[in-house]
Amino acid sequence: MISEHLPALQVVIPLLGAVLCACFKRGVAAWFVACVASVAVLIVSVGLLAQVYDGGTISYALGGWRPPFGIEYRIDIFNAYVLVLVSVIGAVIMPYAKRSVEQEIPADRQAWFYSIYLLCLCGLLGIAITGDAFNAFVFMEISSLATYALIAMGRDRRALLAAYQYLIMGTIGATFYVIGVGLLYSMTGTLNLVDMANRLAGIEESRAVLAALAFLTVGISLKLALFPLHVWLPNAYAYAPSMATAFLSATATKVAVYLLLRYFFTVFGVSVVYADLPISWIFLVLSLAAMFGASVVAVFQNNIKRMLAYSSVGQIGYITLGIGIANETGLTGGIVHLFNHAVTKATLFMAVGAIFFRIGSVRIEDLGGVGKQMPWTAGAFVIAGFSLLGIPGTVGFITKWYLGLGAAEDGWWWLVILIVLSSMLSVVYIGRFVEVMWFRDVVPAARRAKEPPLSMLLPTLLLTGATIFFGFDTRLTEGVAELAAQWLLSGAR
Amino acid sequence: MAAIGGTMTGQTLITLALLVPAIGAFLIWATSRNPNVRETTTLVTASVLFAIVLAILDRVIDGQELATGAFPVVPGVEIRFEVEPLGMLFACVASGLWIVNSVYSIGYMRGNKEPRQTPFYVCFAIALASTMGVAFAANLFTLFLFYEALTLSTYPLVAHKGDDAARAGGRTYLLVLLGTSTVLLLPAIIATAFIAGTLDFVPGGIFTGKADKLTLMFVLVLFMFGIGKAALMPFHKWLPAAMVAPTPVSALLHAVAVVKAGVFTVSKVIIYVFGLNLLSETGAGEWLVFVAAFSLVMASVIALTKDNLKARLAYSTVSQLAYVVLGASFANAMGLIGSGMHIAMHAAGKITLFFCAGAIYVATKKTEVSDMAGIGRVMPVTMFAFLIGSLSIIGLPPLGGTWSKWFIAAGAVDSGHLFVIGVLIVSSLLNIAYLMPVVVRGYLHPPSDLAAGARARVKEAPYPCVLACSVTALLCVVLFFQAGAIEELLKGAVSQAGPLLAGGVP
Amino acid sequence: MNLVHEIVGHYNHWIIIVLMVSGLYIVVARGNMIKKLVGLSVFQTSVYLLYLSPGKIIGGTPPILSPQFTVYSNPLPHVLILTAIVVGIATIALGLALVVRINEAFGTIEEDEIFAEDEDE
Repeated sequence: MISEHLPALQVVIPLLGAVLCACFKRGVAAWFVACVASVAVLIVSVGLLAQVYDGGTISYALGGWRPPFGIEYRIDIFNAYVLVLVSVIGAVIMPYAKRSVEQEIPADRQAWFYSIYLLCLCGLLGIAITGDAFNAFVFMEISSLATYALIAMGRDRRALLAAYQYLIMGTIGATFYVIGVGLLYSMTGTLNLVDMANRLAGIEESRAVLAALAFLTVGISLKLALFPLHVWLPNAYAYAPSMATAFLSATATKVAVYLLLRYFFTVFGVSVVYADLPISWIFLVLSLAAMFGASVVAVFQNNIKRMLAYSSVGQIGYITLGIGIANETGLTGGIVHLFNHAVTKATLFMAVGAIFFRIGSVRIEDLGGVGKQMPWTAGAFVIAGFSLLGIPGTVGFITKWYLGLGAAEDGWWWLVILIVLSSMLSVVYIGRFVEVMWFRDVVPAARRAKEPPLSMLLPTLLLTGATIFFGFDTRLTEGVAELAAQWLLSGAR
Repeated sequence: MAAIGGTMTGQTLITLALLVPAIGAFLIWATSRNPNVRETTTLVTASVLFAIVLAILDRVIDGQELATGAFPVVPGVEIRFEVEPLGMLFACVASGLWIVNSVYSIGYMRGNKEPRQTPFYVCFAIALASTMGVAFAANLFTLFLFYEALTLSTYPLVAHKGDDAARAGGRTYLLVLLGTSTVLLLPAIIATAFIAGTLDFVPGGIFTGKADKLTLMFVLVLFMFGIGKAALMPFHKWLPAAMVAPTPVSALLHAVAVVKAGVFTVSKVIIYVFGLNLLSETGAGEWLVFVAAFSLVMASVIALTKDNLKARLAYSTVSQLAYVVLGASFANAMGLIGSGMHIAMHAAGKITLFFCAGAIYVATKKTEVSDMAGIGRVMPVTMFAFLIGSLSIIGLPPLGGTWSKWFIAAGAVDSGHLFVIGVLIVSSLLNIAYLMPVVVRGYLHPPSDLAAGARARVKEAPYPCVLACSVTALLCVVLFFQAGAIEELLKGAVSQAGPLLAGGVP
Repeated sequence: MNLVHEIVGHYNHWIIIVLMVSGLYIVVARGNMIKKLVGLSVFQTSVYLLYLSPGKIIGGTPPILSPQFTVYSNPLPHVLILTAIVVGIATIALGLALVVRINEAFGTIEEDEIFAEDEDE
């Protein structure tokens, strides 16, 4: 019974949760609601993945209006994977959120914070689950508006500025997306993505369709922070509350990547995107620019959150590189990195958030000797850092392996070398902070620091364990990513 | 030794060899409150590990094949372990010397009142666990996994002191080793997976009939320079940089694990990935002879110019590692036996020299060769051990280093590289030139800081240090007489890999 | 003649393009945060027209079923744009709220002044 309606529950639960949270005055009650909602969402998404794994694509007619007229929720192996990814991070971060939010957000706003967080979660899940182009826009704006508000809640006044800048750029991106959808709609007369793909057959070469592709690509690339459209990201991640940063870095850009892949492979089709247009090269060049450019900038950051933010831009380059390589192996690498980077970056930001919780600073000069005061937290940072470098035995290696092999299959040996070279930059920017944390004397700021409360430490360690576990046992991550890549490349039928 | 693990399967034994040091690391951490218990834990762990390795050795000599099941990571990439002769030798050397090194560490760390001793012993044990993984790896991925683990677990040891110099040294260490392994070795492994379709170590190689000479040469270049731990010039800088570490760490780097893991990987790649026949037929490895020969002589010359004893020994190691690579580059049986044997012989010799250098530092705080006049009168035992170690490195009988050099020379003759004989002679002379002055100065010159006419008082380092360097010096002698056993063991590796060429037990 | 017809006949597209570009220009060129938001709003409005104008069919009636008429305008774009307008208003409202907060925190809403102030920190 209820399993039939899982797709609707996936977005309805966080939506209702958000409303409920807003009714509370006290942060703790709202936290409890958010916690329940996040866990419920996780259960739903895992249920969906299991259903898709066994029975193939699910089509759910929202409100009983059958597609293509009504809004269709369509879950296949690829977006089931994205749903699980988002909800796992959402659930794991909740226990962590309590203490962190109590410290960083004024008491009278904590309930609002959780409410907005659930809205954001709802939007992200909605983008991933819907099969309707315009519905995706609405969810995109729900998540974006919630994100702007989350960022603006940061303690530093520059958080406001970051939120404003992101609002301007994000709205332009979303509007570009709507323009693309509008052009497609005027060409096909439908908003259902599957229907749209069918009706596009034969008119792919028309200028309106190509213009639509261009608008969609730029619009979504803004959301996923593809270099050089990433300028909103570093400040946003640096000044947002710790919990929001950890959540957003792991999920927001990943969902945007998902949307892009959906348009490229299922709506326009491989032949249009790759055979007729130089998209492959555009993505290769921009990804490499991100991997090197953003990483070099990361090397010079003294604010650890900003450093990680720039690193995120570089890591997104690995994901989009998979799109650029566009053979099955390369694409698998890109898709598996959605998960791998989410886990890795969430761990890093959570560890940094825990350090901030105790020290109240994220600047390099205040981090001296933190490793001695908070060995578990700093240790989690180191291990997740290994994953960023792609040390074998961590998830980062799996990504690098697939991207490298994918590039080799295309005969692009120069690309293999560039991929590994770029990871040397992460050795430098992670190494800098690891050295300060572990091999310097304890600075005054860190003198009274101790391990964060267990509610913060355990989720961090859990994700740290995941970066190692999924570096060895990749049946879940790599297995699903490979299925998704096959499915996308075979025309997504 | 058969009694130990008499009923255990090969899989259990190999698993134990990996787990024991890892568990040891945990126990050391758990017992950090009480230094005596902690040090006992280290010693017990080291001894148990050695016993396990000997039990494995026993099986191998019996002709059993030991292997574990495979743990697949992604399709085509799996974790698997298998014992083969070369790895067996490496495991014996590493686990055996760990015991001696632990004894020495206790004396050194306490004698020097070093801070943060618990992390030191923990990292040491983890490094040994990684070393076992490298030694028993059955495919390139497994080897790479533990190779990187070894780099990362030794980095804290190098940067142990935590002052600016240590941090800078650690930085160079990490950047060079991680840099070579990610930028060159990983692409080489990816290329292997792509060309050969497998990463397994197979006797006779996996490239046969799958690639032309140019490709092979290219991949070999990636491998040889990518294995930065083998310190082939120009990627040798990390080794002198790591000299800032406490002496037991230097011993770990130079003798027990790290550089040995490098040259071991080189030999493994040449025997089991490329295959001796393929290399000698195509000549794809020809260039390596020259690069290794150059590295060999050049490093010795640089060693001459160093006044700091540990720096001098570091360059000496770079040069000695080139022997191992050189022997492997001939791609024939004699060369490989020589190079495998040199892993053991050099380990014994160099660990002795480092123990002595450390002992001198603990007792007198002297680090420069020019300050060590008359040290032989103050520390007679230590200096005698130093003499033995030096002679073994130089390659004079009755010390272990003789045999490995003999085999490498024979390999050179077999492969027709006669100029290498000349290189070996020059190098031995250079060895004499940079090692003997230390001994001569130590014994014959009067102590510089002593009033004229006064007799030097004997003041040795703490007894664990003296004990350790005596044991390893003795080992150099023992190895001279036991070289036949090592040769027997290694023959297994090369005969699997290709036809045994002329030559035998001399 | 044909060209003129082409150009004038698509006047709705010209209006959309002019609005779109001028909106984007204002966002990029102005340093005043309120003005930026105004530009953003103009930019979004152009998209509303982009949707609405093809929905109108010449000679079509409002989409009310009646046996007398066979040609209807497409109602769906209106519905979509109703949603988009709501989203747009929410965005602008949030943007304005942020500007108010920025003004409280920095004492100005000119971007260059804020960045200058920011560099002192």
